[in-house]
Amino acid sequence: MMGKRIGDRIIKFASLFFASVILVLVAGIVYELIKGSDRSLATFGWGFLITSTWDPVNKVFGALPFIFGTIVSSIIALIIALPLSIGIAIFLSELAPKKVRIYVSLMIEMLAAVPSIIYGLWGLFVMTPFLQTRIEPFLGKHLGFIPLFQGPPLGVGMLAGGLILSIMIIPTIASITRDIFNTIPTLYKEAGFAIGMTRWEVISKIVFPQARSGMIGAVMLGFGRALGETMAITMVIGNAPVISASLFSPAYTLSSVIANEFTEATSKLYISSLIELALLLFIISMLFNAIAKLLIKRGRFTQ
Amino acid sequence: MAKKLIIEHLNAWFGNVQALKDINLDIEENGVTAVIGPSGCGKTTFVRCLNRIHEVVDNAKVNGSVLLDGENIYSNTMDPVLVRRRIGMVFQKPNPFPSMSIFENVAAGIRLNGSKKKNEIADRVEKSIKMSALWDEVKDKLYKSATALSGGQQQRLCIARTIAIEPEVILMDEPASALDPISTARIEELIQQIKERYTIVIVTHNMQQAARVSDYTGFFLLGELIEFNKTSDIFTNPKDKKTEDYITGRFG
Amino acid sequence: MNSFSYLKRRILNRFMLFLSYGSAAFGVVILFLILSYIIIKGASSINLDFFIKLPKPTGETGGGIANAIVGSFIVVGIASLIAIPVGVMSGIYLAEFGKNKFASLIRYFADVMNGIPSIVTGIVAYVFVVVPMHGFSALAGGIALSIMMIPIITRTSEELIKMVPDTIREAGLALGIPQWKVILFIVLRTASTGIVTGIMLAVARVGGETAPLLFTAFNNSFMSFRLDQPISTMTVLIYNYASSPYPDWNAIAWGSAFVLIIIVLVVNILSKMFTNTKYSL
Repeated sequence: MMGKRIGDRIIKFASLFFASVILVLVAGIVYELIKGSDRSLATFGWGFLITSTWDPVNKVFGALPFIFGTIVSSIIALIIALPLSIGIAIFLSELAPKKVRIYVSLMIEMLAAVPSIIYGLWGLFVMTPFLQTRIEPFLGKHLGFIPLFQGPPLGVGMLAGGLILSIMIIPTIASITRDIFNTIPTLYKEAGFAIGMTRWEVISKIVFPQARSGMIGAVMLGFGRALGETMAITMVIGNAPVISASLFSPAYTLSSVIANEFTEATSKLYISSLIELALLLFIISMLFNAIAKLLIKRGRFTQ
Repeated sequence: MAKKLIIEHLNAWFGNVQALKDINLDIEENGVTAVIGPSGCGKTTFVRCLNRIHEVVDNAKVNGSVLLDGENIYSNTMDPVLVRRRIGMVFQKPNPFPSMSIFENVAAGIRLNGSKKKNEIADRVEKSIKMSALWDEVKDKLYKSATALSGGQQQRLCIARTIAIEPEVILMDEPASALDPISTARIEELIQQIKERYTIVIVTHNMQQAARVSDYTGFFLLGELIEFNKTSDIFTNPKDKKTEDYITGRFG
Repeated sequence: MNSFSYLKRRILNRFMLFLSYGSAAFGVVILFLILSYIIIKGASSINLDFFIKLPKPTGETGGGIANAIVGSFIVVGIASLIAIPVGVMSGIYLAEFGKNKFASLIRYFADVMNGIPSIVTGIVAYVFVVVPMHGFSALAGGIALSIMMIPIITRTSEELIKMVPDTIREAGLALGIPQWKVILFIVLRTASTGIVTGIMLAVARVGGETAPLLFTAFNNSFMSFRLDQPISTMTVLIYNYASSPYPDWNAIAWGSAFVLIIIVLVVNILSKMFTNTKYSL
């Protein structure tokens, strides 16, 4: 356009340039992850995903134990976190008086702000001893007939991993769910009270159905977070590439094996296999994030 | 009297919707010209075309010409930024810069237009605030946030901000519509005080206001200029039936 | 019969609401449990030496984490130096010129970037920086963290710049101020409180990251100010010392965690107060 000043053009192109950095970075990240994995991809092909051996000495690498550990620990986290998060969201959006709400909200946000390494430290020194001496023996004694609760109580292991992840994803799921509950017009809830519903009936019969897709999105986002989480889980899951039915058994996740072994990986194939694990983790997280964003967007109540 | 602005065949659109249809009108220098008409008649769009602010909205288009002292502001060689320095604007809702103090609000236009001298800026700020009849109310809190002022004070601050860059024309888009009657009266008084020095175009939906403050009045309806004349003539002896219906309150 | 079902409904209602209160209590209790352990166990290892001395070799008691504190600030500083301009400028682009397909793509990519697991970011920075430079370095750590910061700052800046009403832009333009000055000196200034808060939160968040630093900044037992050398950071130090079998080292891990959590919480609470009191358009 005529009369556009040089300064206007500079700011437009400078900001465009910096924005393009994002594009280049993401493209570079995807490219490097694929390129870094090529040796492993060529050697193991799809078999990488279903091989359960991880043997750096003989250079046989398979991702199955890590995929198992990642997904199972995240599922455990979700099973624990979901009801608690919904409970917190109900409390914050429907039950709490304003003053209490502000402080509890703040504390839930603080829970989200605590660095992963601190969860790991606390998990390792406080939670796992407690699991080892109290919870796991108790579960083993009373529910030991179920394979989930068999085996020696080690403290560290799948259960510890799932628990620490659950604490870490509660703030994510709770705050998004609360936001979605808050978008539902009071009018709808009042209609429920007006016909004599109890508060729980209003929540379960009016609020939940309206918020469903958003809640599923929140869960997916929490799940995505759990999948990619590294430090805390590395410190408590036991770090052994084992596929076991027992929750007491140590396990290993994609992120943990990368964290532990990347600097020690000696052969090119070893490094490449670790990078392929990173690629896998990247793809899985992207998938869950993308679906979650879509659902959360759709899930906000719009008149 | 000289003609400050000559508007010829002015058309304006939002996307495919034509908001102004072939407007032709002359604005007298140092006069107050009022633009009246019912909501959606294009009066706001009309003044927004006079300082090329209409075109900053997405999908907005203009054609035709607006001659400022004989020079077309829409010609390819005209810089809209320079046009806007000569033709200032006061908006419907007071819009002081919220992160700036009262002083900075008035100084912003001067500073960001390149003037650096501290004394000069301070003088011009003071002069402008005085001209806007706001000085006594704010002189002790010049460095307080502008958002702490009342709506009427904020609007006078916006007028001071406009005056500070020394424009030749001031466009006012319903400057008092968001204000209480007392603030409105002060704005109208202010217009009377400054009209000697500026050419003023004021949009209003309030016919009494147009009658009180303006020398000329244009009546817009559905994007067309129905009638333009001396204010006294428009209100006592409208030529067009539609104008008469409007000013007698039969619609609008 | 009727009153029985009414009673059942009331009991169910009570029970479910009780669970909801219980969940909220659980969240609060967990936070206090974690914080109190960190404070109790951490505070006991804190003294002046802790802040000004270097770590002692295995077997010797005492020592501090001065190098890790300095290192964390250097690495986060590098990350901020890269991520703030890129993030804020990208935010300006998306908010002011972002009504096109290309901008939607950038937005999508920023979200993708935001979702990258932090350990993957570490690998990426390793490949981008450590491999070509033939060694771990503070710079690599900073770049890894900047990859995490850029999308956060970008989207926050975009949101906050978009919240500045168009009437403010028009007021600037109507004063004959060129668009670029309106953006930089009026719009950005109006949004600045919020943007600064967003940047603070982003800094606090990446400051607590460990995974991206494991194979970029690596660690260093000595004080280092060099960008091309490995550097110690508080988070990696916590990880290494927590995993060690020596109680002395574990104690240092708790102490560092104490310092870290105080910084993170203070920044979070400050930014909260900042937004609540000052941020008003």
